[in-house]
Amino acid sequence: MTPLMLEKPALRVGVVPLADAVPIVVAQAKGFFARHGLDVEITLEHAWAAVRDKLSADRLDAAQMLAPMPLAATLGIDAVPTPMVAALTLNLNGNAIVVSNALHERLSAMRHSEEIGALGWAQALKRLIESDRAGGRPQLVFSHVYTYSAHHYELRYWLAAGGIRPDYDLNLIVVPPPLAVAQLAAGRIDGFCVGAPWGDVAERAGVGRRIVSKYQIWNNSPEKVLGVTRAWAEANPNTHLALVSALIEASRWLDQAENRAEAARLLAETGYLEAAPECITAALAPRAPDHPLGQGLVFHAGAAGFPWVSQARWFVEQMQRWQQVLKTVDAAQTAAAVYRPDIYRAAAARVGVSAPTVDYKSEGEHRLPWQLDGTDGVIDMGPDCLLDAALYRAK
Amino acid sequence: MRIMLVDDDRVRLQQVEQALAAAGDEVIVRLDSRADLLQAVQRYSPDVILIDIDAPGRDTLESLNRISLDCPRPIVMFTDDGDTDTIRRAVRAGVSAYVVAGLNAERLKPIVDVAIARFHEHQSLKRELDEAKTRLADRRDVERAKGLLMQRRKLNETDAYELLRKMAMDRNLKIGEAARALIAAAELL
Repeated sequence: MTPLMLEKPALRVGVVPLADAVPIVVAQAKGFFARHGLDVEITLEHAWAAVRDKLSADRLDAAQMLAPMPLAATLGIDAVPTPMVAALTLNLNGNAIVVSNALHERLSAMRHSEEIGALGWAQALKRLIESDRAGGRPQLVFSHVYTYSAHHYELRYWLAAGGIRPDYDLNLIVVPPPLAVAQLAAGRIDGFCVGAPWGDVAERAGVGRRIVSKYQIWNNSPEKVLGVTRAWAEANPNTHLALVSALIEASRWLDQAENRAEAARLLAETGYLEAAPECITAALAPRAPDHPLGQGLVFHAGAAGFPWVSQARWFVEQMQRWQQVLKTVDAAQTAAAVYRPDIYRAAAARVGVSAPTVDYKSEGEHRLPWQLDGTDGVIDMGPDCLLDAALYRAK
Repeated sequence: MRIMLVDDDRVRLQQVEQALAAAGDEVIVRLDSRADLLQAVQRYSPDVILIDIDAPGRDTLESLNRISLDCPRPIVMFTDDGDTDTIRRAVRAGVSAYVVAGLNAERLKPIVDVAIARFHEHQSLKRELDEAKTRLADRRDVERAKGLLMQRRKLNETDAYELLRKMAMDRNLKIGEAARALIAAAELL
C-alpha cells in the first residue's frame, strides 16, 4: 500500500448513539485509522439535524449518516441545500418496528391464521385501524427517527404494503430512539421504527414487542453511510480515500464472527452508546439463520460497504412517492452524484477487498445467496427481497 | 412573546432567561433536552422555541414544522460554537438562527427577533408559492373539466364553463375543486 499524501490528517468524525456507530468506533480503537495516517477525534452527536448542520458548516469532517440524508441535503429539501457525498455504506439491516404490549395484544387477536410474517402484521393492522375508525377511537401514533431516514421509508413501505395510507390512517411523528422507549412506556406512542439496539431495549424493558425487522421489509438493505460534503470530498480526495479504506478494514474485522463480542465491549466501554451491555452484545451478536426477525447487522459481507447507485435511486423515488420532492427531479442523476462507488472501489483496492464492478443492481431478484463478479474475485452476496415481492430493476 | 427554552446547561438557561425577561419576553417553560417536546409544544403553544443545537429533540421539532402546516414555529438554537460562519449559514436558511453561548443581554433579543422575522418571511413566501402552484393546478384542471363537459354534454366552451361554475356554487366548492371532483368522477366511470 503506497502511502497517500493526506491533505488533512486530523479529522473530526461524528457518531450517533446507535449500534451501527461501531465501524467508526472500531476503526479508532483497533488502530485502522492510525494505520492509514489518520488522527481521528470522534464526537458524539445526539440529533441528526445537528450532524447535518455541523457537516454543512464544516464543524465536522465526516459523519455517520442515515442513508437517505446526503441525498436530501443535496436535493435541498433538508434545511440549507448542501451537496453531499457517500462513498461507503456503514451497515445493512438492524432496524425494527416495535409496538406497545397493548397494540401487540390487539393485533395478535385480530391476525388471521393465514396472515404470517411482516406482511401479515400489516394486514392485521389495517383491519384494526378500520375497526378503530368505525368505533370512533383516536388514530394510532407511530414514530420514526428522521424525515429522511430509511426507518421512515421502511415504515411507510410496510404500512402501504398492508393497504394502510400512512398520511391519512395514522399519525407519524419523529422521536429520537432513546426517548421513543420512554414514550412507548408512557403510552404516548403506539409503535416505532428504530435502529439497534433500541427495539431490543424496549422488549427487555417489557414495554413493547418487535414485530417486524428492516431485514423482512427489504433484505440486506442499506442503513447508515459515511457522509461528507461534496466540497470537502473535492478538497480532500486522498484523506477521503484513507478514511474509507480504514473503515472498510474495520468492517471486514467486524464481520469475522469471533470479533463481535469484542466490538460490543468496545462500544459499551467507550461510552458512545448508553445502553445496557447485554443489549449492545445482542445487537452485535451474529444471528442464527432461522431467527424470526432474519439477518441482523452486516458491515462487510456481501459487498455491504458498497454504495449502490441503484439503492440511492430507490431512496429518491421513495421521497417522490411520499411527496417530499417533486416527481420532475431526476432520481438517477441525483443518486449517481451523491453515492460514489468509484471512491469505494479505489479504497477497496488499497486494502485488498473485492468490489462490485457495476454500480447498479436489481432488488427482489434473489431469495437465496448468490454470487457477483468483483474487481478481485467473486463476491458472495445475500438475499435482496422486498416485503411485497416487488422487483426493482437496476436501470 | 411566549418562549420555550430547551437546554441542559442550567447556568446558560438562567442567563438567557434573565436576558429575555429584561427585554420584556416571557419564558413560559424550561425543559431539559430529554423532555417530551411534542407534548410540551402542544400544551404551551409557544411563539418561539430556543433549543441547544445538540439536544436530541431537535429532530422532533424539525419534523413538527414539516408536518404541522398550520402552526410551524421558529426555532432558535444555542451553541457553544463561536464560529460566525455557522451562524450566518443558519440564518440564511431562513428558518432558524444560532445564539452563541455567553451572549450578552443586549445582543440576544435582536438575534431572536431577526430569527422570528426571517421565519415569518420564509413562511409567507412558502404560502405564496403554494398558492401560485394551486392557481396553476386550478387553471389546468378547469380546462380539463371544461373539455370533458364539452365532449360529453355537447356544450360549447362558454356553456361548459358556466355549468362548471354552477356545479361549484351549488356544492359550495372553489371552481378548481369542482373541476377536480368532476375529473375524478369521470375517471371512475
